Amino acid sequence: MSPTEIHQLNFGPITAHAFNKDRTQVAVCPNNNEVQIYTKAGKGWNLIHTLAEHDKLVTGIDWAPESNRLVTSSQDRNTYVWNFDTETNEWKPTLVLLRINRAATFVRWSPHENKFAVASGARVIAVCYFDEEHNWWTSKHLKKPIRSTVLSLDWHPNNVLLAAGSADFKARVFSAFIKGVDQKPPPTAWGDKLPFNTICGEFSNGSGGWIHCVAFSPSGDALAFSGHDSVISIAYPGGAIQSVGLTSLPYLSLIWTSEKNIIAAGYDFTPVLFENTNEGW
Amino acid sequence: MRSNTLRPYLAAVRSTLTAALCVENFSSQVAERHNNPEVEARLSSLEVVVNPLTISRNKHEKVLIEPSVNSIRVSIKIKQADEIERILCHKFTRFMMIRAENFIILRRKPIILVDFIIQFMEEVDKEISEMKLSLNTRARTVAESYLLQFT
Repeated sequence: MSPTEIHQLNFGPITAHAFNKDRTQVAVCPNNNEVQIYTKAGKGWNLIHTLAEHDKLVTGIDWAPESNRLVTSSQDRNTYVWNFDTETNEWKPTLVLLRINRAATFVRWSPHENKFAVASGARVIAVCYFDEEHNWWTSKHLKKPIRSTVLSLDWHPNNVLLAAGSADFKARVFSAFIKGVDQKPPPTAWGDKLPFNTICGEFSNGSGGWIHCVAFSPSGDALAFSGHDSVISIAYPGGAIQSVGLTSLPYLSLIWTSEKNIIAAGYDFTPVLFENTNEGW
Repeated sequence: MRSNTLRPYLAAVRSTLTAALCVENFSSQVAERHNNPEVEARLSSLEVVVNPLTISRNKHEKVLIEPSVNSIRVSIKIKQADEIERILCHKFTRFMMIRAENFIILRRKPIILVDFIIQFMEEVDKEISEMKLSLNTRARTVAESYLLQFT
């Protein structure tokens, strides 16, 4: 394990960040409407680009590792896809036709990087894809049955299924299959016929608490989500859920490191590792 | 004796505030391009406001905490055991409320907010008792010098 490196980039909170493929650059939002890109230089990090196109707080950044594109979402209801122009050495924004009327809260590239999903406060998820004919990014909405702001998203490794956690205490798995963009996916544990907006799973967080984070396991056969009531749940296709109640403060972020390990980090400043022993989590 | 019973009360307030202050940046889902504290918003969405809770030490001293997804509201009832304390308390809260505009410091300075609130609660009690003592001393001095005339 490499030692932790600490670099102070600015003096306020960082609302979103994303690393590029080889982790030599990082895009961060310093709690305002700008996205700053830092590059690694020796022992420190230097600011090389500032992307100022949004006019409200940036809520989500994601960096597509292979196609080297950035996507940013903001509370001004917009999302931009940024392409790096090697000739002029600048990032060029492309506006996305999002058609939402509330803040965008979260954004994630799909694993094949031909689609991305934008969560929003308008109780919809916009699944965006590139429209070759018109040469812009356009979107289709996942609407039902979301009843509150969507706070987090995660893609299934097959590029079709999408998990969403929202403030109505539910985590859901949707199909985000787009005709013409996606190949017909092989059957998964979550179902085999998957037209757009199929609900493959709906899991309640029981006692209440917004869902802060959802994450598929590397194989995609399990879904972990963390609620505001400090409970981490692991749900399986078919409806089985195992919940782990904790005495700490709620967790905001989950990462699966293998099929049996989850790292969680949240309001009490300390990352925690969860492990699935044979008796359960 | 007194500080002993005060401690568990403050500990309860402290742990509740620590849990309640897990807030995040949450823009309004009711009004377009607005970002308001959900506890204060008139048209707030019910699911992002948590049930309020009251912690009371006795019937004179209690704290009401109303958490939500992006803001919390704390109301403190300061001890008012007798008439003098009631008057002092009224004057004191009025003094604070007139200057409410100057309390932006609460939001700007990176002090730990929970510690600040607990310290405030400790000191309010102390301050009111001190004011009561000095008021009584003064009253006694005045009464003595008045009664001296009749001896």
